[in-house]
Amino acid sequence: MKILVCRCEDVTLEEITHVLDRGFVSVEECKRLTGLGTGPCQGKECMLACALLCHAAGGGAHPITPFTARPPLSPTPLGALATALTTSLTTEDDE
Amino acid sequence: MRPLDAVVDVKRAPPRRDVPMPERCEIAIIGGGVMGLGIAYQLAKRGLTDVVVLERGYLAEGASGRNGGGVRMQWSTETNVRLMQQSIALCAGFAEEFGINVWFRQGGYLFLGRSEEERRKMERNVELQNRCGVPTKLIAPDDARDLVPELSLDGVVCAAYNPKDGVLFPWPFLWGYAQKAEAAGVRVQLYTDVKRIDVEKAGFQLHTNRGQLHARRVINAAGAWSPEVARLVGVELPNRPHRHEILSTEPLKPFLKPMVSLLSSGLYFSQSMRGEIVTGITVPDHDDGTVKLGSRLRFLTTLAKELVRVAPRLADVKILRQWAGPYDVSPDGRPILGEPAGVPGFFLACGFVGHGFMMAPVMAKLYAELLTDGEKHPVFDECRLDRFASGDIQREDMILG
Repeated sequence: MKILVCRCEDVTLEEITHVLDRGFVSVEECKRLTGLGTGPCQGKECMLACALLCHAAGGGAHPITPFTARPPLSPTPLGALATALTTSLTTEDDE
Repeated sequence: MRPLDAVVDVKRAPPRRDVPMPERCEIAIIGGGVMGLGIAYQLAKRGLTDVVVLERGYLAEGASGRNGGGVRMQWSTETNVRLMQQSIALCAGFAEEFGINVWFRQGGYLFLGRSEEERRKMERNVELQNRCGVPTKLIAPDDARDLVPELSLDGVVCAAYNPKDGVLFPWPFLWGYAQKAEAAGVRVQLYTDVKRIDVEKAGFQLHTNRGQLHARRVINAAGAWSPEVARLVGVELPNRPHRHEILSTEPLKPFLKPMVSLLSSGLYFSQSMRGEIVTGITVPDHDDGTVKLGSRLRFLTTLAKELVRVAPRLADVKILRQWAGPYDVSPDGRPILGEPAGVPGFFLACGFVGHGFMMAPVMAKLYAELLTDGEKHPVFDECRLDRFASGDIQREDMILG
């Protein structure tokens, strides 16, 4: 039986534990090594489960932090942004 | 936490971040990106295994984990053209040598120009590339549409295509280099930040957040952070960090063969082996000398306008995520190599602008040859730090972003 942790990218519990077994105990490293959290939901479903697994594996020795949230909040068509008003955006330097 | 304790294996390796620091080594490499790890691997391959790589974060945290994965031979200086011919050959053999999939695909690079000035530049560059044996061809805009039927040729007056250029997935390069280097005896220290360097008679004493390390020689491969590292030994570098943003879309069935790039705007887009469109564009930024990695809405709107102009059918494709990586920009677009005056044993491998990843396979090999056999490729003389003081500068102008 396969247990999926990240449904967007088909990352299984077995794959995550394999990463943890090799001594990588951060959410970012799990993401880089498995692709977890890089699909349409951008980690909204899977990141907490991954963080709990990292915490259990690391024995609480290091703080577990989430991976950086990547805009946009939800998948957005290129066309919608291409027609955005330039006047309100050119002066902006948001981070 | 109990149910999870049951599913995690007790036989696991100790956390990688807690691996003890050795006391001394022959060569310490600061920066565990593709350049640092590549050099470590090539040194080990030549028998020099007493090497420690010091990485401030995790593997792929810096620019090597954030770039678009393009590899091309289309450059404006002979040195870059010839080096990239070798680098792409190394990329093509990487999967076999390292036993790891790097998702390498040679679909070519298609450059498009919108002005007579760009046409002249393209003609000049293609002639140089052909002389070096690169099969780039100047093609009519209509022929560009044969390669990519989705293109709108609004304003396009010229095009150049080299079928040997390609794309790859950057991250496995780091793991491949790190694994093989570690198997040979190299030590890769993660989460290790070099805070201070004492220059001593016979080497360098490095002070880190995880203890001290003595190294006979040091290589600065810290990318956009290399000026900070050089300052630790009193060397001022002229390279500046620049935020380069990029995005990827939802995955699509493979349809786009080449990487497409517009000389006028710096737009580029390609389809990865995962099916996503990976794309970036030049956006000006404040230069205050610090590394900035925040995402901006302005990038999305600037990119979307230009991409939808060039390929209108992509308007319905959805963006999944955007991120940024730091370019390490040198004043003439070329790297900074070798030992700066006054600090023998301290080597620079930085200033690669936005193409350090694609240059790394060949540069790592050349650097290892220099440090083991003393075999010196001409690029080390061309790219010395003191060229900026002497004014002996040959500018690379095929820079995107």
